[in-house]
Amino acid sequence: MRYFLKILSFGGLALTVAPAALVFAGALSWRMHAALMLAGAALWFATAPFWMRRAADAA
Amino acid sequence: MNASPQAKLVARLDAMNEFDRAPVSPDRLRGPGGFIGLYAGEHVAGTEFVIGPLFVAHGVATGDLLWGLLAGNLLAVLSWAFLCAPIAVRTRLNLYWHLRKITGPNLLFVYNIVNALMFCFLAGAMISVAATAVGIPFDMPMPGLDDLYPTSVAWALTALAVGGVVTALAVLGFDRIAWFSKIASPWLLLVFLASGLAVLPQLGVESFADLRTVANEKIWTGVPAEGRVRFTFWHVTFFAWFANMAMHIGMADLTILRYARKWQYGFASAFGMYLGHYLAWVASGALVALAIQQGGEVAPGPIAWLGSGAAGLIAVVVAGWTTANPTIYRAGLAMQTITPNWKRWKVTLAVGAATTVAALFPALMMRLLDFVALYGLILMPMGAAIFADFWIFPKIGLRSGYAEWKQIAFDWPAALAWIGTLAACRLMHVMWGWDIFFLGLPGWFVATGLFTGLSFLRKRLTREARTAAS
Repeated sequence: MRYFLKILSFGGLALTVAPAALVFAGALSWRMHAALMLAGAALWFATAPFWMRRAADAA
Repeated sequence: MNASPQAKLVARLDAMNEFDRAPVSPDRLRGPGGFIGLYAGEHVAGTEFVIGPLFVAHGVATGDLLWGLLAGNLLAVLSWAFLCAPIAVRTRLNLYWHLRKITGPNLLFVYNIVNALMFCFLAGAMISVAATAVGIPFDMPMPGLDDLYPTSVAWALTALAVGGVVTALAVLGFDRIAWFSKIASPWLLLVFLASGLAVLPQLGVESFADLRTVANEKIWTGVPAEGRVRFTFWHVTFFAWFANMAMHIGMADLTILRYARKWQYGFASAFGMYLGHYLAWVASGALVALAIQQGGEVAPGPIAWLGSGAAGLIAVVVAGWTTANPTIYRAGLAMQTITPNWKRWKVTLAVGAATTVAALFPALMMRLLDFVALYGLILMPMGAAIFADFWIFPKIGLRSGYAEWKQIAFDWPAALAWIGTLAACRLMHVMWGWDIFFLGLPGWFVATGLFTGLSFLRKRLTREARTAAS
């Protein structure tokens, strides 16, 4: 489960930055880039808290 | 007898032992990961959406910006690693309880009021930044670069709401703050990167070969906006070095780094400096250049929208939280030494309320460069006193922690060194016209020299008085 959540989280980060590279390359519209970034944010914040340890736990 | 829900909540909050008044115990020490996350989170912040644009407004040239940020951020990292962290891991005390040994409680009282006020204003600026993003969906009129006072009812309500949420998070404690920063920081960094990259085509960049030309001609043109001083390499270097002067040279981060297992964790600040104070400042410069080109608003919310739409707005809000939270936490610690009978959460709540009121005034955000330089300069002399007390005094036969040893309530050498340093800095500004960004370095030497010299003088006077009495 934890492994699966991590994959989803990193997918969220990829959705945050990869569309901008495609906009720069002229392969994606700005509007689509903005929509994908929002989806990336939702994915990251919905999954990362479940596998990123609390500071106290990490000590 | 059953306790009421409110009493239970109070008891639970009171139970949070944050080691405010004692050295951190070994079982609470942390590895490097927490510090990397904390520094990256704190310095990849909403205020980067203001500082990058202000560099553009000050007409810095591309080369001066890139090289100046490289040098200045390096000096900042070295200041954390070699000045602040070694003392933090040896004493394990927060700034305020450490300083109390040097200044005595009465001088510390004065210092803490000044310190807490500065932190409140800084956190207020961060909340203002977040409010510019929250207000966009409601068509809130944005404050302009020259606005000092609340510009509308909508602005005031938005700032109050954002301040309330940030305060609630700060009340929950350091661990939750670090955790929140840790989760948000990788995403925030990528938002800055993506935003900067996505606007480049609209600025006329079609390939990497165009970058230098567009940077020179459209972003960092070397021509300041009307009424602004032109920034050089030296302005950028010293601003980047001293943007967090209160934290490293001023020793405020003793409070954070006292949890570090090793002093080398001070180098974790590089993640905050080179990601937040390099990459994010550069990216936000590109964003504001596009806003100016389109004739749009230059407030943080609108320029983040230009870069990445709704995700950019969320980033401004989240970035404001992750920076304002540790700042309110620090201010809470400062105030707690004034009101030792209050629990930390109550103090933090009071500080958060004051911060929220400060956030109503957009002046803090729009004059951020000057304010950041000023607050670092005001707090720096006490950091120099800690440095001298810890490293120099034992080597020259002076007693460290003299005020605690002699039970002195107000240490006059520390007070005179503080006032004298600020007076000397003012003189340098008036007589030689030195900009505020350049006063920190000579000021540190003045503060260290004054405190050491006056402590020597006290030792001599005390000895003479004792001899005369006998």
